[in-house]
Amino acid sequence: MSSIGTGYDLSVTTFSPDGRVFQVEYAAKAVDNSGTVIGIKCKDGVVMGVEKLIASKMMLPGSNRRIHSVHRHAGMAVAGLAADGRQIVARAKAEATNYESTYGEPIPVKELTERVASYVHLCTLYWWLRPFGCGVILGGYDRDGPQLYMIEPSGISYRYFGAAIGKGKQAAKTEIEKLKLSEMTCREGVIEIAKIIYKIHDEAKDKAFELEMSWVCDDSKRQHVKVPEDLLEEAKAVAKAALEEMDAD
Amino acid sequence: MNSVDSIPAKNSLLSSQAESERTLYPYVTGTSVIGIKYNDGILLVADMGGSYGSTLRYKSVERLKPVGKHSLIGGGGEISDFQEILRKLDELILYDNMWDDGNSLGPKEVHSYLSRVMYNRRNKFDPFWNSLVLGGMKKGQKYLGTVNMIGVHYEDNHVATGFGNHLAQPILRDEWHENLSFEDGVKLLEKCMRVLLYRDRSAINKLQIAKITEEGITISQPYALKTFWNFSAFQNPTLGAEGSW
Amino acid sequence: MTKQQANWSPYDNNGGTCVAIAGADYCVIAADTRMSTGYSILTRDYSKISKLADKSMMASSGFQADVRALQKLLAARHSIYQHQHNKQMSCPAMAQLLSNTLYYKRFFPYYAFNVLGGLDNEGKGCVFTYDAVGSYERVGYSSQGSGATLITPFLDNQLKSPSPLLLPAQDAVTPLSESEAIDLVKTCFVSATERDIYTGDKLEIVILNADGICREYMDLRKD
Repeated sequence: MSSIGTGYDLSVTTFSPDGRVFQVEYAAKAVDNSGTVIGIKCKDGVVMGVEKLIASKMMLPGSNRRIHSVHRHAGMAVAGLAADGRQIVARAKAEATNYESTYGEPIPVKELTERVASYVHLCTLYWWLRPFGCGVILGGYDRDGPQLYMIEPSGISYRYFGAAIGKGKQAAKTEIEKLKLSEMTCREGVIEIAKIIYKIHDEAKDKAFELEMSWVCDDSKRQHVKVPEDLLEEAKAVAKAALEEMDAD
Repeated sequence: MNSVDSIPAKNSLLSSQAESERTLYPYVTGTSVIGIKYNDGILLVADMGGSYGSTLRYKSVERLKPVGKHSLIGGGGEISDFQEILRKLDELILYDNMWDDGNSLGPKEVHSYLSRVMYNRRNKFDPFWNSLVLGGMKKGQKYLGTVNMIGVHYEDNHVATGFGNHLAQPILRDEWHENLSFEDGVKLLEKCMRVLLYRDRSAINKLQIAKITEEGITISQPYALKTFWNFSAFQNPTLGAEGSW
Repeated sequence: MTKQQANWSPYDNNGGTCVAIAGADYCVIAADTRMSTGYSILTRDYSKISKLADKSMMASSGFQADVRALQKLLAARHSIYQHQHNKQMSCPAMAQLLSNTLYYKRFFPYYAFNVLGGLDNEGKGCVFTYDAVGSYERVGYSSQGSGATLITPFLDNQLKSPSPLLLPAQDAVTPLSESEAIDLVKTCFVSATERDIYTGDKLEIVILNADGICREYMDLRKD
């Protein structure tokens, strides 16, 4: 970036002369260094997958989770600083329970996204705050069906058919675009996401990773849960086999 | 002048601050709840009446509710407080589930939590006006306990709140045993409920029985008991009462 | 709507009787297991004795909810003590802690009547007796709760504790052997059960000595 160090990049409350807020852009950088996070909306639900980079071989498998439930019917996958992500997850949980205790029904995913996005955006407005160094993919299932959203550090949020953030987002998006999402079930989606994550992972360059996956779909009774162990293992096996096939070619 | 000034304080601890924000007496109330252990789990029973003083205001109040996967709760006393407690429990279970770590709260934990909630509210002089029965089953372990509005709590093989403590407990002490079958358990509870129906004026003949076993929770559809009013004094209450008609 | 229920009370008396006797190298702590409210029995099997540390046991009667809160608080305080000092609290230390804990709620008291029994640092039996707001005293034996009025004079008569007015002060531990003390405890509970409606169902006896802790149960009248 050519404009680095021109004095306008230390504060979130100061624009640069060409109308940018550098701190927010740096926060987005933090997300770009993270392991890839993918979410897709299939015809019967939403599937999310994370390429969780393993910092140490001594770490217990399954720890340092990047996918969290935020209510019965919604979950969040975090890319970027995991600790910042937990802050957002806590807020999402609070918003979801607060909504339910007020209105007696589960919070619509759209509403939840808007509330969380406002919170993320709020942290870009004050000099004593630092923007969140993470982006989240939020998947849920309400009366309008399954929905997928992504919230970025700037507080921007959009609804997607398929979304990807992190290191391999470009490659992942290219792969997602090849999928026929509107004809795909979540069961198939799990396998496709596994294949994509295994494919874009560069074994030579990147650290080892663990595949973490969750879904909200009819199979899971519209509850956000981890993908069942056997299906996840199957997906991993298929993904690895697909990789080997590609290498053989 | 507010009412606190005009009414002489009976108890200086009670008549402090905003009296209007506290439950000073219940509005809509439910009567007894009974719970027993049986062969392969726990049975709870309660009728569906909601009394507004001595008026039978509601006839379809659900007073038996599941709490998570391993527990059942039955509530007597102020219905609004009971429903608030249910909301608190739902949130507790939700937050526990969201950890998604394979652990879950069992009846023992829920009972302990409820005891603390009830006791804390009495410490604030703002009690939840209820008697609660908690039944559950986890890892083959049966659990049955109760808590009241001031936080007194205990476990037992059979518990009963309110009038049930006077009228049902003696029957249960006679007839309860460790390996009651489901059918015998239901019969025993129905016997208790029938006595309550005859002698507790706020009891009504529309009740639900809930069971919890290793397999899960089932709460019955509302039903009525068969009653017998052929007792001669019931049929002719004025017999021998001179001057009556 | 007319008020149909009397103003509630934050307190209840759930009854029960507690006794503790200190000997030269043992301590006996006992309580019945009945829990009542008014003329009703709530349960016939509720333990009033809690283990606060390796060498101190507390028997409590009064208002069960307060008793339970007190037990939980002391358990929490004791686990903090263990983390900070790497050892179990001694019985006399626990006695002071219990007093402070009760007095902390001097103006909204725990309605709990406790006897604390255990072994002191010399391995001698010790008994501490309390009122609800924390005043306490080390004695040779004591009784608290609903049957205390019946049991205390009986123990006075049998044990003939040396008068606290004597100078130089005389040791308050009872001259009885351990088994004699246990028998005495059983006798006084059987008698108290005859006259006190809040005492009965079952007697739980805990014996602390150099060998450790052991428990005994004896049936009492259930009426």
